[in-house]
Amino acid sequence: MTTAPSRLRPRWLLAGVASVVVAAVAGLALGPVRLPPGSVAAELLNLLPGVRIDSGLTPPEVAIVTQLRLPRVALGLLVGAVLALAGGTYQGVFRNPLADPYLLGAAAGAGLGATVAIALRGGSSGDETASLPATVPVAAFAGALLAVALTYGLGSAGGRERSPAALILAGVAVTSFLTAAQTYILQSNVQTIQEVYSWILGRLATDGWHDVLVLLPYAVGMAIVVLLHGRRLDVMTVGDEEAAGLGVHPQRSRYLLIVVASLGTAAAVAVSGLIAFVGIIVPHTVRLLAGVSYRSILPLSMLFGGAFLTLCDLVARTVVAPAEIPIGVVTAFFGAPFFIVVLRTAKRMPV
Amino acid sequence: MTTAAVSIVDLRVALGGTPILRGVSLDVATGEWVTVIGPNGAGKSTLLRALGGVLPYTGSVSLFGTPATRMRRRQRARVVATVAQSPVVPGGMSVLDYVLLGRTPYIPPLGRESPADVAAADEVLTRLDLIGFAGRGLHTLSGGELQRVFLARALAQGATLLLLDEPTSSLDIGHQQEVLELVDALRHSHGLTVLATMHDLSIAGEYADRMVLLAAGQVVASGTPRAVLTEEMLARHYRARVRVVDGEQGPLVVPIRLRSA
Repeated sequence: MTTAPSRLRPRWLLAGVASVVVAAVAGLALGPVRLPPGSVAAELLNLLPGVRIDSGLTPPEVAIVTQLRLPRVALGLLVGAVLALAGGTYQGVFRNPLADPYLLGAAAGAGLGATVAIALRGGSSGDETASLPATVPVAAFAGALLAVALTYGLGSAGGRERSPAALILAGVAVTSFLTAAQTYILQSNVQTIQEVYSWILGRLATDGWHDVLVLLPYAVGMAIVVLLHGRRLDVMTVGDEEAAGLGVHPQRSRYLLIVVASLGTAAAVAVSGLIAFVGIIVPHTVRLLAGVSYRSILPLSMLFGGAFLTLCDLVARTVVAPAEIPIGVVTAFFGAPFFIVVLRTAKRMPV
Repeated sequence: MTTAAVSIVDLRVALGGTPILRGVSLDVATGEWVTVIGPNGAGKSTLLRALGGVLPYTGSVSLFGTPATRMRRRQRARVVATVAQSPVVPGGMSVLDYVLLGRTPYIPPLGRESPADVAAADEVLTRLDLIGFAGRGLHTLSGGELQRVFLARALAQGATLLLLDEPTSSLDIGHQQEVLELVDALRHSHGLTVLATMHDLSIAGEYADRMVLLAAGQVVASGTPRAVLTEEMLARHYRARVRVVDGEQGPLVVPIRLRSA
């Protein structure tokens, strides 16, 4: 037998891990202070217990790597991984290539939550560098979850036999409703527009490890549940009825996966704002390059999503330093042309 | 006396409030090939879907002596395999991966295929002369090849009851015969029971042991092809003008156009 069942191919797994390492080292080495990549890699290894390598970096340089840049790189890896994995999951459960992590209203809900938090804080301090109120992530998280729950409630009102399309349509309705509410609040509080807008475009500015620690449990929980469902999602590609004939409960799996992917998305949105594009493009790129099985799409989306976002963040904070470009702009600016190239050159045609 | 593979008593199904099946009773003996015929909308597909466990129904259905309601989905999938009328073709998936989906009822939830599952899929592919296609993407196959692959997935389920919904509707006449010969050969070699729906009456009559004519959700005739495929029956329930000619394997139904005077 020459043909083996498709699984996660080791060379693709290796490529995914390598991309994460390269992105991490580049993210740590480059910036206002340029550090030699080899030394940065050595410092990374030094973080492992029991490893002691002389990297040749001075203590201030070590501090830049481990205390300033590492939390931000870690956050980039984590947010990118969560968004890409959530996107891949949504595309699988809805059997819809246009699904992205914000499909069920998470973005609109988070946007409304953040807007309310910023507007309620009262008049702008006028200080552009002042950080957003600490309540913004909490409000965004709550808004995202509330929106998804609302979509869920509306979309499944017709009973369990309703098609997934009902859920998507409910998501569209909820999104436009919440966006309208957000626009109204913005109009009545024009002085907050700039802050809200900069939040919406996403950013990975961090204050130490706090954001990473907030996101980590959601990311880990989601990754475990979703990755275990890789084969189940493959079975679901034949449609609910045939999947049921094969002995599974597609609707049950769909609801479970939506819940965990939405929790992960809400947590990511809460710490990073709305970063477009990663969740929809990374899984598709992986599918075109490495095959259509969710057993490879999901883990590879996670790895390449993290690496992609970390590199985008590197561009976002270095190109116009000391200012920053919103990361959502960078993801789309580089992601779109790259995706077109993949789409045109990949041999596996069906999307 | 052997247990019936399928025993249906007073099966009723309503879709969106409209009754589709209105008290169907039907037995299929183990090893038998029964073909359900009937005009469009008679409820043929609904009958198969209810048996496949994807539609709610009232009445009683027993599969090999066990009430279907007492079987878990997984357990049922090891006993009944369905080939839908136009199955979803997941683009880009290889033939082997698709056939391996048929092993789902044997793979632990959240688990992966064992070497035994891969061996089972290989065996089915070999038997259906598809082994050369194992690595091909489904989207590259012709209609006839695809139909064999659908069949392969159903066989990989290891079920002994095969439900075929219009297995030949998308095939040319040569491939229709090829697929039905294949099903018949598998039926004899594997001891399968076949319950099919078909539109082409002549070819349906040649392969079925018994035919059931369904009209408006009820069984209106049942018996050998010769007993069911009569000009009078088809005129009444299909509103079709046909001539029934006696063929070697069964009656041949020929449509006749009446010139209006």
